[in-house]
Amino acid sequence: MQPSANTIVLAMQHRVLEYDGSWYGLLTLVFEVYEHKYQVSAIVNRLKEEIQSDFFAQNAMVTTNWQKAERVAKGLKAKVGAGSLEELYEAYLSEVKGVEMLILKAIQYYFSMQVAGNKNYAHPQIIEIKKIVKSVSRERHRMKAFVRFQRLSDDIYFAIVEPDFNVLPLIVKHFKERYADQRWIIYDVKRDYGISYDLCEVNEVVFGAENTGIDQKNIVTGWHEEEAFYGKLWNLYFKSVNIKERKNTKLHVQHVPKRYWKYLNEKL
Amino acid sequence: MSERALEKLAVLADAAKYDVSCSSSGSDRKNKNKGLGNTGAGICHTYTEDGRCVSLLKILLTNYCIYDCAYCVSRRSNDIKRAAFTVQEVVDLTINFYRRNYIEGLFLSSGIFKDPDYTMERLVRIAKKLRNEHNFNGYIHLKTIPGASQELIYEAGLYADRLSINLEIPTTSGLKLLAPEKDHKQMARPMDYIKNTIIQTKEEKKIIRSTPKFVPAGQSTQMIIGAAKESDWQIIHAAQHFYKAYHLKRVYYSGYVPISNDTRLPALGTAVPMVRENRLYQTDWLLRFYKFEASEILNPTNPLLDLDIDPKLSWALRNMHQFPVDINQASYEMILRVPGIGVTSAQKIIAARKFSKLRIVHLEKIGISLNKAKYFITCQGYQQQFVHMQADKIKHYILSQSASKYIKCNPQQIQLF
Ligand code: SF4
Repeated sequence: MQPSANTIVLAMQHRVLEYDGSWYGLLTLVFEVYEHKYQVSAIVNRLKEEIQSDFFAQNAMVTTNWQKAERVAKGLKAKVGAGSLEELYEAYLSEVKGVEMLILKAIQYYFSMQVAGNKNYAHPQIIEIKKIVKSVSRERHRMKAFVRFQRLSDDIYFAIVEPDFNVLPLIVKHFKERYADQRWIIYDVKRDYGISYDLCEVNEVVFGAENTGIDQKNIVTGWHEEEAFYGKLWNLYFKSVNIKERKNTKLHVQHVPKRYWKYLNEKL
Repeated sequence: MSERALEKLAVLADAAKYDVSCSSSGSDRKNKNKGLGNTGAGICHTYTEDGRCVSLLKILLTNYCIYDCAYCVSRRSNDIKRAAFTVQEVVDLTINFYRRNYIEGLFLSSGIFKDPDYTMERLVRIAKKLRNEHNFNGYIHLKTIPGASQELIYEAGLYADRLSINLEIPTTSGLKLLAPEKDHKQMARPMDYIKNTIIQTKEEKKIIRSTPKFVPAGQSTQMIIGAAKESDWQIIHAAQHFYKAYHLKRVYYSGYVPISNDTRLPALGTAVPMVRENRLYQTDWLLRFYKFEASEILNPTNPLLDLDIDPKLSWALRNMHQFPVDINQASYEMILRVPGIGVTSAQKIIAARKFSKLRIVHLEKIGISLNKAKYFITCQGYQQQFVHMQADKIKHYILSQSASKYIKCNPQQIQLF
């Protein structure tokens, strides 16, 4: 059967858009959607997913363009403020499946509104975004709390983390401002990259293939001579502040979920 | 630092743990000249096995004490192991814990050895060393030793983010019975001095921007619950008085943990009054964030809090004539008073109702607790059918629907209503 004229028109408008997985890539994609009046049926992160094809839709690859992305960012800032733009960025860092589509829809909603749509706490997409942002935020907060530096013999303070979401970009500022006079590295072993501060600036670091297998065991071999002692003191402190008459394991585990224990030396 | 420090830490952290304050917020000390640390984040770096936040290295400088307060483990008549840190040991512990991201800072208290000034002078010296020699900008909370000279308290205020004096026992008669060497005036005097100096510093700062900080995170205090026979009304009344008269940032309530077989006190093995403690915290929140007056919740003829329901619900049930509240019309203040609606939800309601008239589905999404709120509100498409009902019937319904939540005790819950 020949497709009718109607389906052909539909097929021309519906797109599966692919982008490079970066935040600027996603903003560029938004720009293109407005420019070409695309109807988007799916967004594909080239870094992660196999390219899908949809019988009724055409695929298009978005080329990341810094200027286009900036224009979208600027427009959003003017419409809903820097805070809401930051929210979308945090939602993006969640890496939750389908989050790109959600971000696109939220942006379309914001631009369609006369008033500040980001305050509409009853709108379905906004609720969804806020929910994701809340979990990302919680994870960021946990990383600020649960990073445990170990002092190495070359005076670098080293920490391993395994966050649920990609939150390292969100904690750079906090650690840089706080630990301005010590060199440190926070390494995400799940995503295999880290952030490293050299007393001047923070850079991303990736330990190449020859260094794979960063784990607690090979860090211990590089410890500063005092590290074991302070680790022991901290462990002892943790045990000494407990009031056994008030024991409440359920509450404890709720605050410090078990999946974080492996990097908390007071829990060893 | 030597191995001996381990032993000291075990003794002096154990003795400090009954002070429940752990807050490290309320100050915004920036990291100066690429030094170490800053404050403002108020992070809990871990939680004790009883579920309390661990934010600060909370220790005593020493547990030797010349006083004999019955409710305190460090009292001089108690036969326990005694220890004392040196100034340098406290400094080293603080810096090394901080650099490893274990803590937000130091909370240093002490037994009173020799005399108040001798003790206070050492606390001040530690804070000064941290700030001046180590360029440490993390949080410092010092205990103000009652009876210490004003000069020392002033100096402490220059280095500390927070100062506190614990009232411990809110009634004069209770204090006389359990800590006859202490009196409330002795505690109120430095509180008053600190309050006035904070105000004065703020005024000076308006004119001379470089005026040094003075206790930027303010003062706090703690009361022990259930050691003397004080009522909830007496406790809350005292709390409100101290909030107003001395501009306290926080009042902490610490359920008495039996530590002695002194007959003036609850016997060893008596349960810690954790539910009561939780109800007092909720009441405290009502005073600070929900614009309630202490007398609306408790009074001399009605001196005890309900243990089975929270104080806001309890207030609402006694004041059914103020309900139902129309979600789409009522003032922010009134929406705040609805059981099941917290501060954030109330703010969201005010923001969201500008877009459309709110219905039950919206309220669900905003996250209010409808199983309580539904008895007290009307909104678009929702008529109040319970309003003619007796208060005790509503209470019964709410309790039967959420039995588990109210029976189990959760003393540190963040979502208070
Ligand atoms: S003065 Fe303080 S440390 Fe000494 S016994 Fe009294 S409460 Fe305890």
